[in-house]
Amino acid sequence: MRWSAILKRLALIPPTLLGVGAIVFVLLRVVPGDPIAMMIPPGASPADIARLRALYGLDQPLLAQFVTWLGQVASGDFGRSISLRQQVFELVGARLPATLELAALAVALALMMGVAVAVVGSLLRGSRLEWLLDTANGFFLAIPDFLWALILLLGFGVLLPLLPISGRLDPQLAVAFRTHFYLIESLLTLRFDVAADLLRHMLLPSLALALPFAALVARLLKAQLAEAEDQDYAQIARTRGFSRTTILQREVFPNALIPTVALSGVQVTLLLGGTVLVERIFSYEGIGNMAIDAVINRDFPLIQGLILTFAVLFIALNLAVDLLVAVLDPRLRHG
Amino acid sequence: MSAVLEIDNLHVAIGAANVLRGVSLRVEAGEVRGLVGESGAGKSMVGRTIFGLLPAKAAIRAGQVQFEGRDLLAMPDKERRGLLGRRIALIPQDPMTSLNPVRRIGAQMVALLQLHLGLSKRAALDRAADLLAEVAIRDPARVLQLYPHELSGGMRQRVLIAMAFACDPALVIADEPTTALDVTVQRQVLQLVERMRQRHDAAILFVTHDLGVVAKICRSMTVLHAGRVLEDGPTADVLVKPHHAYTRALLAATPRADRPADALKPVPPALIESLWAEARRLDQLTATRPA
Ligand SMILES: Nc1ncnc2c1ncn2[C@@H]1O[C@H](COP(=O)(O)OP(=O)(O)OP(=O)(O)O)[C@@H](O)[C@H]1O
Ligand SMILES: [Mg+2]
Repeated sequence: MRWSAILKRLALIPPTLLGVGAIVFVLLRVVPGDPIAMMIPPGASPADIARLRALYGLDQPLLAQFVTWLGQVASGDFGRSISLRQQVFELVGARLPATLELAALAVALALMMGVAVAVVGSLLRGSRLEWLLDTANGFFLAIPDFLWALILLLGFGVLLPLLPISGRLDPQLAVAFRTHFYLIESLLTLRFDVAADLLRHMLLPSLALALPFAALVARLLKAQLAEAEDQDYAQIARTRGFSRTTILQREVFPNALIPTVALSGVQVTLLLGGTVLVERIFSYEGIGNMAIDAVINRDFPLIQGLILTFAVLFIALNLAVDLLVAVLDPRLRHG
Repeated sequence: MSAVLEIDNLHVAIGAANVLRGVSLRVEAGEVRGLVGESGAGKSMVGRTIFGLLPAKAAIRAGQVQFEGRDLLAMPDKERRGLLGRRIALIPQDPMTSLNPVRRIGAQMVALLQLHLGLSKRAALDRAADLLAEVAIRDPARVLQLYPHELSGGMRQRVLIAMAFACDPALVIADEPTTALDVTVQRQVLQLVERMRQRHDAAILFVTHDLGVVAKICRSMTVLHAGRVLEDGPTADVLVKPHHAYTRALLAATPRADRPADALKPVPPALIESLWAEARRLDQLTATRPA
């Protein structure tokens, strides 16, 4: 990908975010439900309610509210959460790292499992075992992440209680963190006991996110491996005396990887979306879990901030996938 | 003279269809033998059998393939892989699809040289540069750094020719190495193949449907049709005194400098039909005969 293409993509980000912001802003205020109704004590007078509404600017016309909000967002002020009474920016900043660490672990697990299944499946081509593997893979693909979360919760949290099923860190391991990237920080500061406990907490939710994605990667990659193996250059490598595994590793895999990354990369957005339910099920303190509370409380500023955060993540992810594909494919790099 | 390649009564079927019906063919050390025939005659199947690249449903029903006196079809896979790319090499048909698009030319050449010659990376790179210089590529050091898509078709075919001769093979199978190139490049590539053959002292089995090319570079030739050898002999004899009606028809269909283009006669469909009928009769005979 050339620089001009990257710049073009970057230039598209502000209008995209503006569009997302506008849609969310309007939707929130059109659907029934109101943050003030959720927070007033019983018996509050209409005057009290009106005063509260004015405090949060909810008495203004829709367009005026939007313009005010836009102006604030442009200057880096995402407003105050109505239910949590804190700055949205700080709330999201504290929770986002937890979600990023969880999603990154899920993607890493999924890639390892998906690549392994695809490669083993390719080596087994034509055998009964290949059929078995494909069938099992289809099964993993068909079950969505939140169902996996429930299955894993029952399996390894309740029936065979090997792993913690809620939270991010054992409260007894109270550590003063300087950032909210607990896992990265504990690894960098060599607190491996803390890192291990964090990983134990992350394992089940990240596995729930990873399993369907791994199955998708496995299916895509296996099909691409088969296609690359049929290409002339792979066949010709055989006429040069290279072994099947060498050809798979050097000729076939690098070529099959390119479309696999391009096709599955955008699916990581689905995995990120999956954090909403999965974090909830495992009481994991990330932005997905936070989003559910924000919706229940009709916390307009928080919902808006969270949705913008997800939008930025999705855009960044798509850009990262394009860049990665360009790195893997010399034909794109040279334009 | 000793044969590098000796194919004896080779029968190959793909599923129920016979594609080679008892092919016998000899390539002497250092000679260029043409293998000619229309599309679908089975020319590529001969090469695929040698390289172990037959389609999944294909089966070798009978016959032997001897390379330098050793039975290629009977030897263990590992032993055969030791010969492929080193003693027997391929110049492929389509240079555009025959190089790995995501690996540099240098990496692809070095992998081959390291596999068969056990060279260090440094030595392999030097040898690769020498080979590129041999096939008249200017600035080999730079080309080694390039990816295939940065080279023209003619340049890529030069790289593939360099790779075919890289380990001094005794036999190179060239399967229509010029059909994918334009006419001016074709002639250069033919000359290059001939020069490399002399330098590296290899024999070539040159697969083509162009009798003009055969007349120019092949000492002997084999005419294949429907998986059967119809004619075989020194090129000079076959072209001057063809025995088989099909060879005569092929010659009449080939443009020549000493003959106006409108004198060309296509191979009569009736002749081709009778040849196929003969092949099918042969199939029935072999099918009813106990194996
Ligand atoms: N993968 C395959 N599956 C089934 N049949 C095949 C396959 N490849 C080739 N054949 C058949 O085998 C026969 C011989 O094919 P082959 O490729 O050897 O012909 P050829 O003489 O090389 O022709 P061309 O000049 O077109 O390259 C043909 O009848 C063809 O239809
Ligand atoms: Mg062919």
